[in-house]
Amino acid sequence: MSTILICGGMVVDQTGARTADVLVADGVIVESHDGNPDVTIEATGLTVTPGFVDLHTHLREPGKEEAETIETGSRAAALGGYTAVVAMPNTDPTQDCVSVVDFVRRQGKLAGLCDVHPSASITVGRAGHQLTPFAELAEVGVRLFTDDGNGVQNPLLMRRAFEYSKGLGITMAQHCEVEQLTDGAVMHEGDCCSHLGLPGWPAVAEELMVHRDIELVRLTGAPAHFLHLSTAKSVELVRRAKSDGLPVTSEATPHHISLTDELLRSYAAIYKVNPPLRTMDDVVAVREGLSDGTIDAIATDHAPHVAATKEQPLDLAPPGMLGLETALGVCLAHLDMSVSDVVAALSWKPALIAGLGGLHGRPIVPGEPANLTVFDAEEEWEVAPAQLASKSRNTPFVGVPLRGRVKHTVLGGVVTVENGVATR
Amino acid sequence: MSRSLLSIEELGVDGVQRVLELADTMAEVNRRPNPKVPALRGRTVCNVFFEDSTRTRLSFETAAKRLSADTMTFAVSQSSLNKGESFRDSIETIAAMGVDAFVIRHASAGAPWLVEDWTTASVVNAGDGWHAHPTQALLDVYTVRVALNRTAGFDGLRVAVVGDIKHSRVARSTTTAFKALGADVIWVAPTTLLPPVVGETATDRLDDVIGDGVDVLYMLRMQNERMTEALVPNLREYTARFGLTPKRAACLAPSTIVMHPGPVNRGVEIAIDLGELPGSVVKQQVTNGISVRMAVLYDLLSANPNSTSDIEINDDVAAAPKEHP
Repeated sequence: MSTILICGGMVVDQTGARTADVLVADGVIVESHDGNPDVTIEATGLTVTPGFVDLHTHLREPGKEEAETIETGSRAAALGGYTAVVAMPNTDPTQDCVSVVDFVRRQGKLAGLCDVHPSASITVGRAGHQLTPFAELAEVGVRLFTDDGNGVQNPLLMRRAFEYSKGLGITMAQHCEVEQLTDGAVMHEGDCCSHLGLPGWPAVAEELMVHRDIELVRLTGAPAHFLHLSTAKSVELVRRAKSDGLPVTSEATPHHISLTDELLRSYAAIYKVNPPLRTMDDVVAVREGLSDGTIDAIATDHAPHVAATKEQPLDLAPPGMLGLETALGVCLAHLDMSVSDVVAALSWKPALIAGLGGLHGRPIVPGEPANLTVFDAEEEWEVAPAQLASKSRNTPFVGVPLRGRVKHTVLGGVVTVENGVATR
Repeated sequence: MSRSLLSIEELGVDGVQRVLELADTMAEVNRRPNPKVPALRGRTVCNVFFEDSTRTRLSFETAAKRLSADTMTFAVSQSSLNKGESFRDSIETIAAMGVDAFVIRHASAGAPWLVEDWTTASVVNAGDGWHAHPTQALLDVYTVRVALNRTAGFDGLRVAVVGDIKHSRVARSTTTAFKALGADVIWVAPTTLLPPVVGETATDRLDDVIGDGVDVLYMLRMQNERMTEALVPNLREYTARFGLTPKRAACLAPSTIVMHPGPVNRGVEIAIDLGELPGSVVKQQVTNGISVRMAVLYDLLSANPNSTSDIEINDDVAAAPKEHP
């Protein structure tokens, strides 16, 4: 394993910010090393941080390899500054047993571009009927459980899931959507959908489930993580739950802090996502949630889809947007937060939620694993879909000014991205 | 002028007026013994219906034929489309055959906008989901314009649109068209049948609206499946609150115009014999639909620079009978 010198950068981690050189040998940050480094990364004017951790990535393999593979998704992640991603379980077959989880982890290792940590579904086949073997899956390292794509509709089953999960060191992560209120829904229910004649996805469908699960957490004492919060009221519910001392965490996506339902007026399915883009009031509330720590993490909900499926009318196209390669640029451009606070939400806070706190999102000090990201916090750029590493092209950020661009990524002491180009 | 007619908003007030004036010319053609002119000879109009609508399709087909256009029909149910060829492939395949205008009916709101992106032909929205049905709106305002002889506009005209507005592309488009011409529009429906955010004046009291005086009563079709969705308790209650019953008909001023986009659910939204109602213009709506759609096709194809041949100008429409004795 080579030695790497990252020199002259502004090092930002949970201990603060300082200009310093970072030396890496044998996958670990070291104080000093004999001889010249094999690789020198000139980082003057750049920011050096712990690698980013995405709590919410759809890698599509197994099942939809035409949209993304674990390799292409890992490359997109590395280019976005990520050193670890949590792979969502809505694959085919579902990540609901050890064999599928092992497969995903193995493919991630083979790709070698970022640590791929599979999550597992709460219910078998995400069908909402029977719990998956939590303990067996926890044994092989699964920390987050979710039926993402769907919420667990049955409150009794969800209560059991919380109860049974207690003490296993795992967290239930909920996609909050009461489906009886969103049947056929295409976009946020409001002014826009009324005008466009499209079935609406009311905010209350998310908020009811956020509220239900907060009360189940209060009842059971088990922790919960709320995926992709999108409404002002959801943020407020989580804020109150946290002030009550309940063990809840939450995330928000780059698109919910930057885009609104007005974009659907174009009828372009590229803007269809679940939960849907909402109003500017919601966008502002989600940003405030991130600022005050109510929302712990920025998670991409990276959801690749082949072009043909998005070239359909809104009600027929699948929901979802790419996010990995643009997350930093969107966040620095749209959040009124310090670079350090943004990196906290991209790195060490999600690392803790994912149960990866020992490996990722660590302080940049000698002895720590070398999972690092180097970025230009000031560079303004625009995304070019054709140049994305993802196998799909469904980014909603074309024409959106981005600020902050990843230059280098180091995974376990290996450079995975150098000067904005993936090394493998 | 644009190459397509997708919504009343995009057509604009001037566009609405232009089409209405052109429709007068077409109505004159339609009154002739041989109601056919060569205006669109050599042009191909393709009716692409992804949702059944025999009435609208026949109306467009007749309109195109009276202008001497060649017509094709591509009718496919949504389900069979989903099995194979994509929507885009279907459109591009038909476009490759050399089509000057697509007339699109689709169950998905926004579908005609996609078709416009994928082709250079003119696109006419013949109804997209719950969203828009601009030619219906144009024939509605044209019918009122003729019935009341109001060519200057509808200032002060009181229009009530009654029924399932939430799921109605007709309500959305016709409201926009009436308002564009200066009319005041009120929506009459239970809250469950209104869009989530209502931009118009709305009430659930039809009797008050009739009592206050209304010039145009526009009754919408009530669909049976709304019962299963718990939007109204049952049809009896719907008719009692929102139907045109004999009692309500008796309260209407004789000059009140009664409209319906068809097909009528007899005994539900209209619980009387329309033949007995002096103000009913439901049949005129259908007749005028031909003239208005002729006007739309003529207007678009003479504006589309991508169209392949020169269009004979408006004067030839009038001159046409000489060529077709």
